[in-house]
Amino acid sequence: MNWLKTKNNTKLNLSDIPELRMGDLRKEIISLNKRPVAFFGKDWGLGRVKLFVVLADDKAGELYVSSALFAADEKAYECITNEIPSFHIFEREFYEDFGIEPLNHPWLKPVRRNQDKYPFFEMQGEEVHQVGVGPIHAGVIEPGHFRFMCNGETVYHLEIMLGYQHRGVEELMLTQPSNQLAESVCGDSVIAYNTAFSQVMELLKGVNVSDKAQLIRKLALEMERAAIHIGDLGAIAGDIAYLMGASVFGVTRTLVINTMLEFSGSRFGRGLITTGGVNFDLDDEKIERAIKTFAKVEKDVDRMAKTMLKNSTVMSRLEKTGTISTERAIEAGFVGMAARAAGVELDSRFDFPDKWIKELDIENKPFNGVGDVNSRFKLRYKEVMQSLSIIRKIFEKLKEFKNEPINCGYEVMNKENAKDAFVISIVEGWRGEVVHIALTDGSGALSKYKIKDPSFNNWFVLALAVRNNGISDFPLCNKSFNLSYCGNDL
Amino acid sequence: MFDTLKSRIYQGQQFIKDIENAPMREQFRGLPVLKNACGQDLTKCAQACPTGALSLEPLSIDMGKCTFCGACQNVCKNVCNSDAISFSNSYKLSATSADRLIITENMTKEEFEKTAIKVRKEITSIFSKSLKLRQVSAGGCNGCEMELNACSNCNFDMGRFGIDFVASPRHADGIVITGPVTKNMAYALEDCYKSVPAPKIVIVCGACAISGGIYQNSTEIDREFFEKHPVDLYIPGCPVHPLTFINGVLGLIRK
Repeated sequence: MNWLKTKNNTKLNLSDIPELRMGDLRKEIISLNKRPVAFFGKDWGLGRVKLFVVLADDKAGELYVSSALFAADEKAYECITNEIPSFHIFEREFYEDFGIEPLNHPWLKPVRRNQDKYPFFEMQGEEVHQVGVGPIHAGVIEPGHFRFMCNGETVYHLEIMLGYQHRGVEELMLTQPSNQLAESVCGDSVIAYNTAFSQVMELLKGVNVSDKAQLIRKLALEMERAAIHIGDLGAIAGDIAYLMGASVFGVTRTLVINTMLEFSGSRFGRGLITTGGVNFDLDDEKIERAIKTFAKVEKDVDRMAKTMLKNSTVMSRLEKTGTISTERAIEAGFVGMAARAAGVELDSRFDFPDKWIKELDIENKPFNGVGDVNSRFKLRYKEVMQSLSIIRKIFEKLKEFKNEPINCGYEVMNKENAKDAFVISIVEGWRGEVVHIALTDGSGALSKYKIKDPSFNNWFVLALAVRNNGISDFPLCNKSFNLSYCGNDL
Repeated sequence: MFDTLKSRIYQGQQFIKDIENAPMREQFRGLPVLKNACGQDLTKCAQACPTGALSLEPLSIDMGKCTFCGACQNVCKNVCNSDAISFSNSYKLSATSADRLIITENMTKEEFEKTAIKVRKEITSIFSKSLKLRQVSAGGCNGCEMELNACSNCNFDMGRFGIDFVASPRHADGIVITGPVTKNMAYALEDCYKSVPAPKIVIVCGACAISGGIYQNSTEIDREFFEKHPVDLYIPGCPVHPLTFINGVLGLIRK
C-alpha cells in the first residue's frame, strides 16, 4: 500500500500512513495525478524531515495520504512541478522551510521569507519598462509587492512577492492554540477558519458536536460567504467607477454583517464558534428578524446586479478582462471561486459532502464560467443567491432541534488529545477550500499545525490573468479575485 | 440609466445622522463592566483569556490586549455562576494613553469617556476640520482593514467630517497602523512614517497593533516602531468597529 485512502474530517494514526522513499513517492504522485491539497514537511528528529502529501480525488470525495522520510544528508530530490505544475508553490514552500531542494524547479523563489533576495523575472527591450507597487498599496488593504513588466500600457508579466504578513501562525498554533487565534489568521474568513480549527480539535479530543451547533456553524459560513461576495460585487463596481453599484452593495452587505452582529456580538462572527459547538443560541425572535432582513438582501442584490448586467458600459469593462482559460486553471491547480469562474467545478461543500447537503436538499448547478471578470462577477452573484437559499433552509431546519444543546461546555478544552494522530479538515470558505491539518506526538501535544488557504494556490492566477491586459485594469482583476495576503503568508 | 436612477430613489438615504449617539445592537461586545460583588474566585475566567488581558489582582481588563471574544464572560456565567465580568454595548473605547485602556472594577461608561481622551490643543487647532490619514497594514488580518474601509461607506460616511484615507503618505496628516507589525513590514512602516510631513499623528487600531494582541508572543513580529515614536490615539477592538474608529478620531481632533 503506497497510499492511505480517507475522507474529509477524519483522524488517522500516524503509524498507518505509508512511508516511502522520495523517489518512489514522486513516481506515485505522478502516476496518481490528483490535485494536491497538502504537501508539507515536519522535523522528524536527528536532522531528518518527513514530507506528508495529501491528494484529493474530488469526484469520488476521497483523500490520498502518504509520506516520505528524508535522512539528514538527503538535501535534494527531483522536483514534481515539471510533471504536475500545480505543485510549484508547495515545493517552493517545502524548500523554504527545510532547505531540501526540488531539483530543476522552474520557479524556485521565496514564498514568505528572504524578500531582499527575491530574483525578479526581467525582460529586456527598448520599450519594456517596470512598474513596482507596494508593499503599502494605495487603498486600505494588506501589504504585498507587485512588479509589472510592461510594454506601454500592456502588461507582459506580473510578479507577485508576498510574505509581508508572515506572523508565525503555525508556530503559535503549537504553543497556544485557541479559537481566537484561528479567527485571527484571516479576518475575512473568520467562520471558515474557526470551523476548520474546531473540527480538527474535536476530532483530536473525540467530541461530537450537536446537530444544532453544526447547523448554526453552517448558517454562519453561508452568511460569511454572502456578505463578502456582496462586498466584493460592490468593490468591482467601484473599480469600474460605477459608484451606484459600489454604494448599494456596500449598504446591503451592512445588513448581512449586522445580522451576524446580532447572532454573535461581532460583525464578522468572532466568538461565535468554539471547540465543541457554538457560543450563542438563536431564539425565534432573532430568526424572525433575520428572515425578513435576508429577504430584503436577496431582493436588493438581485435588483442591483441585474441593473448592472444590463448596462452596456459596465459590461464592456467586465467582459474579456483578466481571462483565465479552463486548461490553465486545471494545470496550475487553482481552487475555489477562482477555479469555478474559469469553468472548473471545484467546491468542497459538494465534493466532500456532509450529511446536511442531503438533509437540506441543497442542489449544486454547474456554473460554466469562462474565466473573465464578468464570470467572477456573475459567479459571486450566483453564490450570494445560493447562500441565501441555503440560509433559508437552515432556519427552517433549526426548528427541529430547538431543545438541543449548543455546545459541550467549557471543560472540553481540557480534554486530552489523541496520541500520534493525523487529523485533516477541509472547509469551503468563500474563496475556496481552507485546509487545516494537525499532528500530535506521543503525549497528545500538537507537534505540527498546517494551514492552507485557497489563496496559496491562487495567487498565481492573478499573475496569469493580467497578462496582455492594460495595467489600469489591474485593480479590477485583483478585486475580482480578492485573494488573501495573510492567509498566504500565515 | 433609468434603472440606475430608480435604484437610487429606491435606496434613499441611509447614512447614520448622529454618529456620536448612534444606537448599537445590545449583543455588541464593547466596554467591559467588572463588578465582583461576591468576591468569587475568577481564576478560570482569567485562564480562558487568550491574550492575558484579564488580570485578577486587582480585577481589570486591558482593552489594549482584549480581543472582545467574550470567553471570560462565558466561563464566568457558565462555570463560576457569576456576572462579575460582562461587556456593555458601549462602542466609545478609544483613549489617548495606553494606561487609560485598563478598565478596573466598578468603572462606569461615563467615568471612562470623561477621562479617556485628553484633548491636545496642538492637534485640535490644526486637524479639527480636515484629517487625511495613510493606513498601514503591518500584519493585520484584514478584519480591521475591512472595518476601516466600511468607515467610508454610505452608512458611516466618515468623509463628511473631513476625515479620509489617502493613497500617499506625502498627502497625509498621520498614519493608522493595524496588525502586530511583522518583521517583514517593520521597514516599510518606518519608511511610511518618515514620509508623512510634520506635524503628524499616529493612530493604532485594534488589539494586535496596540499590544501585539493574540500575536504578542510570536517570534516573527518586531515592535521597535512603538519604542521610537509616540502614539496619539489607541483604538481598541478586534476588529475595530467603524463607530469606535470614527468617534475615537473625532474625540481626538474636535472639542
